[in-house]
Amino acid sequence: MIRQPVLSVRNLRVEFPTRRGTLVAVDDISFDIAPGEVLGVVGESGAGKSLTGAAIIGLLEPPGPISRGIVELKVRRIDNLPPSQMRPIRGKRIGMVFQDPLTSLNPLYRVGEQLIETIRTHLELSEREARARAIALLKEVGIQGAERRIDGYPHEFSGGMRQRVVLALALCAEPELIIADEPTTALDVSIQAQIIQLLKKLCRERDTAVLLITHDMGVIAETADRVAVMYAGRIAEIGPVRDVVKDPHHPYTKGLMGSIPALEGAANRLVQIPGSMPRLTAIPPGCAFNPRCPHVFDRCRVERPELFPIERSHAACWLLVDDTAKATA
Amino acid sequence: MLAFAIRRLLEAAIVMVAVALLAFVLFRFVGDPVNQMVGQDTSLEDRMQLRKDLGLDDPIVVQFGRFIWNAAQFDFGISYQVKQPVTTIIASRFPATLELALTAAVFAILLGIPMGVYTGIYRDSWLSRIFLSVSLIGISLPTFLIGILLIYVFAVNLGILPSFGRGEVVQLGGWTTGFLTISGLKALILPSITLGLFQMTLITRLVRSQMLEVLRTDYIKFARARGLSDKAVNFGHALKNTLIPVITIIGLQLGAVIAFAIITETVFQWPGMGLLFIQSVQNADIPVMSAYLLLVAFLFVLINFIVDLLYVWVDPRIRIHGREA
Repeated sequence: MIRQPVLSVRNLRVEFPTRRGTLVAVDDISFDIAPGEVLGVVGESGAGKSLTGAAIIGLLEPPGPISRGIVELKVRRIDNLPPSQMRPIRGKRIGMVFQDPLTSLNPLYRVGEQLIETIRTHLELSEREARARAIALLKEVGIQGAERRIDGYPHEFSGGMRQRVVLALALCAEPELIIADEPTTALDVSIQAQIIQLLKKLCRERDTAVLLITHDMGVIAETADRVAVMYAGRIAEIGPVRDVVKDPHHPYTKGLMGSIPALEGAANRLVQIPGSMPRLTAIPPGCAFNPRCPHVFDRCRVERPELFPIERSHAACWLLVDDTAKATA
Repeated sequence: MLAFAIRRLLEAAIVMVAVALLAFVLFRFVGDPVNQMVGQDTSLEDRMQLRKDLGLDDPIVVQFGRFIWNAAQFDFGISYQVKQPVTTIIASRFPATLELALTAAVFAILLGIPMGVYTGIYRDSWLSRIFLSVSLIGISLPTFLIGILLIYVFAVNLGILPSFGRGEVVQLGGWTTGFLTISGLKALILPSITLGLFQMTLITRLVRSQMLEVLRTDYIKFARARGLSDKAVNFGHALKNTLIPVITIIGLQLGAVIAFAIITETVFQWPGMGLLFIQSVQNADIPVMSAYLLLVAFLFVLINFIVDLLYVWVDPRIRIHGREA
């Protein structure tokens, strides 16, 4: 049985119009997320991960970047909706979790006020029912003494607890999709795992799809079903997380995997990819990775590779199709 | 919370004593008041008698103690010029200034905050540009010029508003108010615009810059991502976070508006304390000047105290801090 994808992104572009021309931050990316699936998006800072998330939920605002392409939520197009129709989708059908729980909550309002406000924006509930629901949610995200803590202010919560509150806020109207933008980056390592487990558990119970944006390959390996590796605004490789981690096809992904320290086995030196990701103003023609690629050949410098299917994954690399190159590589 | 209030009150008392010392020292430094009060042909005996009556030959400490003691009972002596108790004179002038200042402040707040919010949210709209240009005029033109321009347009050319005075006033107990008559209200318009314009532009610009900062924060982005309405985001979440500095400035400016309505009152011949102060300076009427000084200091201290309490009300983080300290 093929289930209808929750989210379908086609040829998404995010551009910054500047005086010196248009900078392309997200360049023509496409992917689907099935119900209950966790799609990890991984990449270095500036690869366009967060902008992808912001573009999907429609939070790119002038005079900032513009997005093009098609975003469909349950086969209904949402990228071209007017703000008045997009607003009820945010929070209700797409929830969002940001990186820093310390700054995601308004410091001047009680946690309960923020929860109840959000619940009542999306659901027809009385103040009382909304409060009961808020307490239930806080319990569910693992906050001890939720009945009392609901009247606390954000500064009375620790970082991990605040991220739990943020999760409760994102989940309070039972969305079909959660966009989690670096949900654990600002947290202590010991708490990261808890939050990730919680996110995973809550979404599994609700069959909520997750777009998990992170630069932490470990988080992806532990949580995601599929992973998209982004490089310079493009998807370099996308596929089941096991395949991408164990048997990457794109040279960039190979480099990424090589840079993760393994606990077991020989203590080899970590592989490092020479150079750094190009700036938006200087993305090279052809494959964006070509100046750093150990297997680069002529075609890479001129022609941009599409995503080619390989085994159960897709990778954007000429090595996969060009036999002559394969022979020499 | 109570400890916080008490600590602030103690601080306020110290400030008031310091100001009282300054007000008292005025008497010593602005020349011999006896010379100001008597004619040239007054005999030396009469002068000595007057000096004794006024207590001017007592030791300084005794005089200062008496000054504080009297001031605490609202007794600031007798005006050299008008020969009436200073308290009576100030009490008769105070309502005029307070009504003018409050009207100006309300005008400044009611227009300044919405204009600041609007220009903060719609940065590039043409209306924002107009608001900002107007506010630039308000900041750069001196008060007396604005007053004279307003008089020229509305009183001289159009003839629809009075150019001076308070209009008809109504006596309410010891208070005279211009709020209850048409001519009183009309008389308030030009002076309060003159007095409030600068404050309004200040508030507009302050609210705008605070809004710009707050709208960039994560919790505003998150509030939008939760699907809250623009109204809830802009006025509920953003505006409240801009209020701390805005309250500070409004508080300080309210004090300034009351204390330094001098220029506006002079331009419009407004029978308030500012005009009284100018007259007392011209006549070296020291009791009036020192009482005015004390009153202004008291108003500032009072407003600051209220502002401190408002902080606590707006920002829960200060509440906690106050409890711990």
